[in-house]
Amino acid sequence: MASIIQLENISKHYSPTIIGVDDVSLTVEDGEFVTLLGPSGCGKSTLLRMIGGFEEPTAGAIRLADKDVTFDPPYKREVNMVFQDYALFPHMTIGENVAYGLKTFKLDKDTVRTRVKDALMLVGLYDKLNQRPQQLSGGQRQRIALARAIVRRPKVLLLDEPLSALDAKLREQMQIELKHLHEKVGITFIMVTHDQTEALVMSDRVVVMDNGRIAQEGRPQDLYDHPASPYVANFIGTTSFLPGKVSALSGEVATIAAGGTQITAHPNAKLGEGATVTVGVRPEKVKLLAEGEAADNVFEGTISEVIYYGLGLRISVTLADGSKIDADTLLPDKLSHSTLPQSGAPVRLGVAAHNVFVFEGTVTP
Amino acid sequence: MAQKTPGLVSRYGADTAFMSFVAFLMAFLYIPIWVLIAFSFNDSRSLTWPLSGFTLDWYRKLWSNSDLIAAIGNSFYVATLATVVTLAVGVPAAMVLHKFDFPGKSVFRRLILLPITLPGIVTGISMLNMFKLMGFPLSLETVILGHATALLGVVVTQVYARLQRLQPSLEEAAFDLGASPWRSFIDITLPNIRSAIIGAGLLSFVLSFDEIPVTFFLTGRDNTLPMYIYSTMRRGVTPEINAVGTIIVLLSLILIVVAVIATRERKK
Repeated sequence: MASIIQLENISKHYSPTIIGVDDVSLTVEDGEFVTLLGPSGCGKSTLLRMIGGFEEPTAGAIRLADKDVTFDPPYKREVNMVFQDYALFPHMTIGENVAYGLKTFKLDKDTVRTRVKDALMLVGLYDKLNQRPQQLSGGQRQRIALARAIVRRPKVLLLDEPLSALDAKLREQMQIELKHLHEKVGITFIMVTHDQTEALVMSDRVVVMDNGRIAQEGRPQDLYDHPASPYVANFIGTTSFLPGKVSALSGEVATIAAGGTQITAHPNAKLGEGATVTVGVRPEKVKLLAEGEAADNVFEGTISEVIYYGLGLRISVTLADGSKIDADTLLPDKLSHSTLPQSGAPVRLGVAAHNVFVFEGTVTP
Repeated sequence: MAQKTPGLVSRYGADTAFMSFVAFLMAFLYIPIWVLIAFSFNDSRSLTWPLSGFTLDWYRKLWSNSDLIAAIGNSFYVATLATVVTLAVGVPAAMVLHKFDFPGKSVFRRLILLPITLPGIVTGISMLNMFKLMGFPLSLETVILGHATALLGVVVTQVYARLQRLQPSLEEAAFDLGASPWRSFIDITLPNIRSAIIGAGLLSFVLSFDEIPVTFFLTGRDNTLPMYIYSTMRRGVTPEINAVGTIIVLLSLILIVVAVIATRERKK
């Protein structure tokens, strides 16, 4: 696969102190679905708008199919954007909206008609051809916005929080639809979102951004299983953090004092003995141990809270040293209150050594 | 059983009071106009009740009064050109205010609104001084410039307000779809602010048509209609003036209908 977009040390400084994007380099392969993920204000939208040509970087270069487009206006770039508010033209019909982008190509009428029809068929809304945007529902408008962008056959499709205006059920459905659409048209998609589920479900690659910089990039499962920092661990999925100290090292295995006990883990980074670390554990990787059951690492504590969320329970446990850890457990088949964990009861939790994240330093996420 | 609840009684009372208020308001607004129309068809010269008989004499006289006809012509000339000038300056000014951030923008925005808040007399005198200083002879054209200045604020506020309500992403979407800034203005921005421009234009036309203070200072030998009416008032209100008034009411009605049709938003 060839690279279609190359961002080379892109920065956007509004003023010496206000920094939107800070020295970001990223390569996107042709046909890839890449998601820029982060909280609001992390620079992901600014980055997308710079690729689209709506903002200019203060430093760095943007290459589109090996051509420098850094300072090209949007109407000279072969990329198209699906706007967060869809930006459908209210004074035009759906057909006119979709056909608008073909105007500059100077195609003959029949070609325009066919391409508009194809694009609308693709999103399943050809029957709305002569209606106006105001007559459509949010989900339908979203699809028209997609059709209007795709009809130009851009090299890259940019999506700015495309699903944020939809309600939860529709959003789930559109996530799958967008993914299928991406497979069907084969265009490179770059999406911006603050919703980690969206990023995990849809993308080939996720780029997590923090304060204008790339915190980590990788396949969804890699980010989930091997977060590079507590920030990523906390932003993608849920993680309980415990303060700890390395008490012994032998090869790949570290023994760490945390949560009132000694635990073993396989840290990625090189650590020294006595180093201050933060241990991260995902609730769904924590097991409630039955009496006599063993695990790599065993924490002992008291249940402080039990939260029911349908699929299962989230149990908050206070450990011997006062730190807290969450454990998720599926509900047993036969619900009986006597077998359910009760608040205030003592409990033993087991975590496998390979499921323990170790980060350098202390963190207060 | 037919006992009315106190709530129902008081609601009935409130409704009646409200309807009477509306009726009173409408009467206050429209009775003078009906009086004017009625007297324009009355065959007596004196404006006293009761009406004595029907005649179209005043309208016939109006046609033969060349001063009056000239004044009407002048008023149309001034109002039309003043509207064109104020739109030609005001619409781009609103676009600039909307699109660009520059130092002193808020000052500029307030300054552009100043002429509508200033009394016409002040605008009139200051422009008179300026034209005198520049050695401009007073004429209908100086009146046009005066009106255009005084009305600029109307156009800028209306168009600016509409631009502010427009989604900024619409223009970006047009760029994204290959439209140059000029094309995107023609295809996207203009159709969406069209009704505001038409509305502001019509309002400017009407305001210019019956403007007196600025005209008073800036006109040369030619008279506009309100100035002519004002000058004949020394001899009292004549039925002829009533006839002119009736014609203006009719024209205004036509203008309102045109405005409604032109600015009607497309059905949702």
